[in-house]
Amino acid sequence: MLEGVSFDVAAGSALILRGPNGVGKTTLLRTLAELQPALAGTVEGAEDAAYASHADGIKAQLTVTENLAFWAEVHGAAVPDAVFASFDLDSLRDRMAGTLSAGQKRRLGLARLGVIGRKVLLLDEPTVSLDAFSVKLFADWLEAEHLGQGGLAVIATHIDLGLDAPEMDLTPYRAAPDAGGGSDEAFL
Amino acid sequence: MKALLIRDLRLAVRAGGGFGLGLAFFLIVVVLVPFGVGPEREVLSRIAPGILWVAALLAALLSLDRIFALDFEDGALPLLATSPLPLEGIALAKALAHWITTGLPLAVVAPVLGILLNMEGPTYGWMLVTLLVGTPALSMIGTFGAALTVGLRRGGLLLSLLVLPLYVPTLIFGAEAVRRGAEGLDGVTPLLLQGGITAGCVALLPFATAAALRVNLR
Repeated sequence: MLEGVSFDVAAGSALILRGPNGVGKTTLLRTLAELQPALAGTVEGAEDAAYASHADGIKAQLTVTENLAFWAEVHGAAVPDAVFASFDLDSLRDRMAGTLSAGQKRRLGLARLGVIGRKVLLLDEPTVSLDAFSVKLFADWLEAEHLGQGGLAVIATHIDLGLDAPEMDLTPYRAAPDAGGGSDEAFL
Repeated sequence: MKALLIRDLRLAVRAGGGFGLGLAFFLIVVVLVPFGVGPEREVLSRIAPGILWVAALLAALLSLDRIFALDFEDGALPLLATSPLPLEGIALAKALAHWITTGLPLAVVAPVLGILLNMEGPTYGWMLVTLLVGTPALSMIGTFGAALTVGLRRGGLLLSLLVLPLYVPTLIFGAEAVRRGAEGLDGVTPLLLQGGITAGCVALLPFATAAALRVNLR
C-alpha cells in the first residue's frame, strides 16, 4: 500500500498522519503495532506499543470500572483514580458499558490508554464520534499525562487535535501497483 | 491470564453470555431420546452412554464460535494480541473458560440425566470420570477451530466441519470406557487413551491456536 515511508518520533512528541481515506494510515499503524508484517523495512522501539482503533474492545456486559480494571490487570497495572476525571467518566463508573452513548463509549475506549501504562501509542482515528469538548479533553490528557511524561504517539486523524506536533501526509508514499515487478510479469 | 479467565467467566454468566445454552441443549436431547426410542428399559440402558456422550459433544460444539468471534467483532482481540499476554496463554485461558462454562457443568449433570435413560449402577461413576477427562480436549480442540475461523462471517458451519473429525477419538474412547465399565469389564485402557488425547491437546494446541490467530489478525 505504502512504500518509502520513514520517520522518527522522539520521546515526548507526537506525529500526526494525514491522507485521504484508503491511503494506508491504518495499515501503517497496524504494521507499527506488529499486528501484520511489513513487506520490507523495520520498526524500532515499538515493542512497548499500544494500538487503538475505532473498535476499542469494550464489553457491553461489564461496567465502566470493570472494563478498565480488566485492561489494567492484563498489562500488570492498576487503574489510577485520575483517569476517570481525565476522561469525564466519574459519573459513569458503575454503568454497564452497553448503556453508554457512542461518545461515552469512545471516551471509555480512550481511557484504556490511560490505564495500561504504555509509552508508545498508535492511535487510529481516536476522535471518531467525540464532541468538541471531549476532543479537547482527550488532547489535554495526551499532552499533559502522556507526552508530558515522556510518552510518544503516532496519530492518524482527519481533524485538528490542537496538538503542537508535526504532520505527515502519506499521499506521496502511495505504492504503485506491482511497482516491484508483479509475479505474473513473465507471462505478459 | 487470570484476568482474562475471570473476565470471560463473568461475561458468560451475565445476560446474553451464552452460559446454559449447551446445558439446555444437552437436557433437551436426553429428555427427548426416550420418547424417540421407546420405553424399553434394556434398550435405553444399553444406549445411554453413547447418547450422553454424543449429546455432550454436540452441546460443547454449540458455543465454540463465541470463543473468539465476540472479541474479534468488538476489537478486543487485536488489543489482547498487542498486550503483554502471550497468544498461547490467551488460547489456554479461552479454552479453560469454555471448559468451565460448558464441559464441567455437562460432566456434573450427565449422571443426573442418566436416570432418565435408566443407566445402571456402576455406569454413573464412569460417565462422570470420562466426561471430566474428555471434555477438556473438546474445549481445546474447539478453541483451535475457533481460531482458524475467527475472521469469517458465519464461520460456524466450517468450524463444525473442521472440529467434528477431531472430536471422534475422544468420543470413541469415552463411550467405550463407559460401556466396558457398565458391563463390568476393565475400562481403564480406553480411559487412559482418552486422557492421553486430552494431555496432548492441552500441551500442543495452544501453540497451533496462537499461530492461527496470528495469521487471522493480519
